[in-house]
Amino acid sequence: MLPQVPLPLLPPLLPLNLALSRLMRGIVARHPAILRRLGPHATARILLDVTDAPFPLLFEPARQRVSAHRRATLPTADAVIRGKLAAFLAMLHGGVDGDALFFSGALAISGDTAAVLALRNALDDAELDLSEELLALSGRAAPVLQPALALVARRTGLALSRQEGLA
Amino acid sequence: MMELVCPAGTPAALRAAVEAGAHAVYCGFADETNARNFPGLNFSRQEMAEAVAFAHARGAKVLVAINTFPRAGDQALWHRAVADAARAGADAVILADPGLLAFAAERHPGLRLHLSVQAAAANPDAINLYATAFGVRRVVLPRVLTVAEIAAINREVDVETEVFVFGGLCVMAEGRCSLSSWATGLSPNMNGVCSPASHVSYSDVQGQSEARLADWLIHRTAKGASVPYPTLCKGCFTSADGKGAVQTGHIFEDPVSLDATQLIPALQRAGVRALKIEGRQRSRAYVAQVVRAFRAAVEAAEAGAPMPESLLASLTEGQAATTGSYAKTWR
Repeated sequence: MLPQVPLPLLPPLLPLNLALSRLMRGIVARHPAILRRLGPHATARILLDVTDAPFPLLFEPARQRVSAHRRATLPTADAVIRGKLAAFLAMLHGGVDGDALFFSGALAISGDTAAVLALRNALDDAELDLSEELLALSGRAAPVLQPALALVARRTGLALSRQEGLA
Repeated sequence: MMELVCPAGTPAALRAAVEAGAHAVYCGFADETNARNFPGLNFSRQEMAEAVAFAHARGAKVLVAINTFPRAGDQALWHRAVADAARAGADAVILADPGLLAFAAERHPGLRLHLSVQAAAANPDAINLYATAFGVRRVVLPRVLTVAEIAAINREVDVETEVFVFGGLCVMAEGRCSLSSWATGLSPNMNGVCSPASHVSYSDVQGQSEARLADWLIHRTAKGASVPYPTLCKGCFTSADGKGAVQTGHIFEDPVSLDATQLIPALQRAGVRALKIEGRQRSRAYVAQVVRAFRAAVEAAEAGAPMPESLLASLTEGQAATTGSYAKTWR
């Protein structure tokens, strides 16, 4: 009888992190100006603490990496931006102004303020569309993903696409 | 119609401004030559040329702000910015330094010159000097004048005047304020940054939110409440009240923003040619929303219609607005 060898436990966040980093690499490849605008701040580690999501996200632009983390084991970061998912998505898609969210208390920041500003300005200029980026990544699954994303946006009210014409 | 001059910190914001109805957009190069030298902001030379082409194709102008004061020995950076703005096809450059104005007038005689608010030209004699000496065609007036004072200036000058109507409110004689230099060593006048983000920190301390500038505590608010950006002129201080006791409050100015929407007809009657919106450091969402609102307001003023009620308070620092010095009451 063969001895039972315990299988290594695959960290459950690993597949998510691989997908997130692939998404990040795709965004940087399609929008190279993001890294140029970040300049020296590209090496900053910026934690997005999405308070109504299960996992905070650590952005490492220079390494083109995004990783999800459990709240119990948060990584060290140069700056932290804290807010709700709807606020982050609306800001990313040009629907609301980041400063206005900050002035109203809907977003809070700590740590390296210059790095946070650089990231905000670089992403605002990139005019990203998260749905477009996900569809570009999904290959042959795009025809299925597109209506699914639209359905999620309708059901949740989240801004999953760039706001054309702006509010 | 009065010209609406709108901010753009990025090419995306410039496109948003033009599409929202800006008559002119002002922007700067990504270096110390402009007074909004913030991380991640501003234009490369190629982006500037593309922005000018985009704006001109839609009937809008581009004004390039080169409005910091050149450092001794480093003037070439500022000279190159003027030359590159001219080469990009800019409709005007916005300058503050007399030496740079002289350089632009001599080397680029076809380039329209606007005097930046950073020059703090606040009386007819000063404005006429800039017009006579350098051929300045428009003056951006400092935010320390009343509407009556602006009307008095316009009666005695031959150049166009431009005034701020919305956004972050500098309450000092601009170009001469040393508060940021005193606290951080960096200033809007020399480095293009007032209260630079590199010296700003926010933190939660004992259940309260604190905003600091270079370790100076500027604001302390209840956690979750709005925390203003920590500039010294709008900071909260404890000082003597002149009666033997102490007072704590916003000694210079509250952390509020300018909104002069309702004063647009009065500014028009005062002879103002152009209205300026502050906010090159803000997002394209801010630009689109504010420009659209003010385009409607200047069209209403042109038609003699009442000014629309401003719905922009949520975009302003402190979530509140003031008419600033335009209708000043001293305390």
